[in-house]
Amino acid sequence: MVTVKVEFLGGLDVIFDKQRIHMVNVDSSETPTVKDLIDYIVKNMIRNPNDVDVFIENGTIRPGILTLINDTDWELEGGEEYELEDGDVISFTSTLHGG
Amino acid sequence: MTVEVPESILRELESLKLENAKLKAELAGEKEFNKYPMSLEEYKRYGRQMIVEDTGGVEGQLKLRNSKVLVVGAGGLGCPALPYLAGAGIGHIGIVDNDVVDTSNLHRQVLHNSNKVGMLKCESAKQVLNELNPHVSVETYPIRLDGANAFPIFAKYDYILDCTDTPLTRYLISDVAVNLQKTVVSASGLGTEGQLTILNFKNKGPCYRCFYPVPPSPTSVSSCQEGGVIGPCIGLVGVMMAIEVMKLIMEVYTEESFKPFLTSYSGFPTQSLRTFKMRGRQKTCACCGENPTITRNAIESGEVDYTLFCGSRKYNVCDSMERMSVTDFENDYHDRQDFVFLDVRPSHHYSISHFPSTHNIPLKKLRDMGGSISELQEHVPNIDKESEVVVVCRYGNDSQLATRLLKDQFGIPKVKDIRGGFFKYIDDVDPSIPKY
Repeated sequence: MVTVKVEFLGGLDVIFDKQRIHMVNVDSSETPTVKDLIDYIVKNMIRNPNDVDVFIENGTIRPGILTLINDTDWELEGGEEYELEDGDVISFTSTLHGG
Repeated sequence: MTVEVPESILRELESLKLENAKLKAELAGEKEFNKYPMSLEEYKRYGRQMIVEDTGGVEGQLKLRNSKVLVVGAGGLGCPALPYLAGAGIGHIGIVDNDVVDTSNLHRQVLHNSNKVGMLKCESAKQVLNELNPHVSVETYPIRLDGANAFPIFAKYDYILDCTDTPLTRYLISDVAVNLQKTVVSASGLGTEGQLTILNFKNKGPCYRCFYPVPPSPTSVSSCQEGGVIGPCIGLVGVMMAIEVMKLIMEVYTEESFKPFLTSYSGFPTQSLRTFKMRGRQKTCACCGENPTITRNAIESGEVDYTLFCGSRKYNVCDSMERMSVTDFENDYHDRQDFVFLDVRPSHHYSISHFPSTHNIPLKKLRDMGGSISELQEHVPNIDKESEVVVVCRYGNDSQLATRLLKDQFGIPKVKDIRGGFFKYIDDVDPSIPKY
C-alpha cells in the first residue's frame, strides 16, 4: 500500500467537498501507478456520479486539467504509468481562462 | 526725433532677452547631455530601479526603453500590468481591447474609474499611462483580435502579454506568436486563484498547444462574469506578468537558464505561490512541432476555425413556445400566486437579490435529482406534475436547461422560462432591484 497526498486546485475541489488536500492510500497487488490513483479517485472520492465528467473525459484526465507529480508536469514523469511512492504529492489543477 | 518707449515695453524686452539667453544655455547644455544616452529626467525617474544590480543599470534601462510590448486585454490582468510597464520605462506599449468600461469592472480593473464608464478600455488605459510616463509611447487598437488582424499588429512588438479571458483568444495569441517567433507572457485568473507562464520562449519553449493540445469542453470553462473574481488576486497575477516581461527584456532568462514553468497562485485560504516544472516543446504540437498545420496562412485565411475548435455552449434548448418575455411575465404572473416560481441560480447569487416567493434550486442540484419528483418535493413541497412552473436564472441560459430537465426528466409539462432572466427583468421592468 502506498500513501500519497492528492491536491485538487484551480476550483476542482468543488467536486471533492470543497476540500483541496486529501491523504489517499492506494492499494494494489503490484506497485500502484497514477492510473490506479485516478481509478481510485473516480470510484471512491467523487461522491456525485454527475461530477465524474468534470474530472474524466474519454477514459483519462479531462482536457484543461493539468496533472502534476511532485510539482512536475506528469508528461515528464511517465504520465499515467508513473509508479507511486510513499509521500508523493499528486496535484490536479484546472486551467483558468479568466482575465 | 526720439520716441518715448514705454517702461513696460522695455521691461518686457529685457525679460525676453533673459529668457533667450537661458534657452540658448539650455540648448548648449542639451548638446552636452547628449553624451549620456538618456535625459537627466530619465536618470532621475529610473534611478531607484537602475541601482538594483540585477537590472544591469543603464544598459538594462536602455533595453527597456528600446523594447516594444503588446498587451492584449486591458482588464483584470492588463490594468495592473500596464502601469508597471510604463513606469519601468518600456519604450513602446500597445494595447488591444475593443471593450468599454463597465461599473462591474472597477473592483479589479484599476486603470479605469467611475467617470470612465462607457469609455474604451484601451483609451482609458492610455490616458493613465501618458500621465504616468511621458517618455513612453502608447498605441491603442480598439479591435477584437482575430486571425486576420493579429499578424500586422503582433509584428510590431517584441513581446506579447496575454491578458485575455477565453480559451479561443489564448490559442490564437499563442499561434500567432509562434508563427512570428515572439515570446508570450500568458496569465489567467478566476475566483481566488491565478496562473502564469511563458510561452514560445525565444521560439524554443513550449506553446499553449503543447500544454493544451485539446481544448477544454465549453461547459467546463468559466468566466469572471460567471465565476466571479477577487480584484487583488487577479491583480497580483497581472503584476507578476510585468515582472516576467521585464526579466525577458533584461535577459535575466537565457536559453540556458529558462525552464518551462507554470506558476500557480492561490489567494485563499492561506496565500500560496507554487511553480510547477512543465513539459518542453512537443514534437507533435500542431503549431510549434515538427509538422505544423497551424501556419500563418492557415490562420489568416480562416482555415483554422477557432470558434469551431473551442466550441460553444448549447443553451438554446427551448423553443419560443416554452419561453416568455420579461414583460409577459410582469403582465401575466406578477400578481398571481398559483404557480411555482423556481430560481435556478447558485445559492450565493440568489442571496444577493431575488424575487419574493421564489424557491432557489440551483441548476446543479436540480440535475443531481435525476428527475425524482419526490426529491424535488422535499425542497418545493407544493410542486407536482400538474403544477404550472416558471423558471428564472441570471441571463436566461441555465433556466432553459432547467426547463428541459423539468419537462423531460421530471415529467412536468407546464414549464416556461423567462427570456433574458432576472437581469433582463431588472433592466426592462424594475431597475430598483440590485443587479450584480
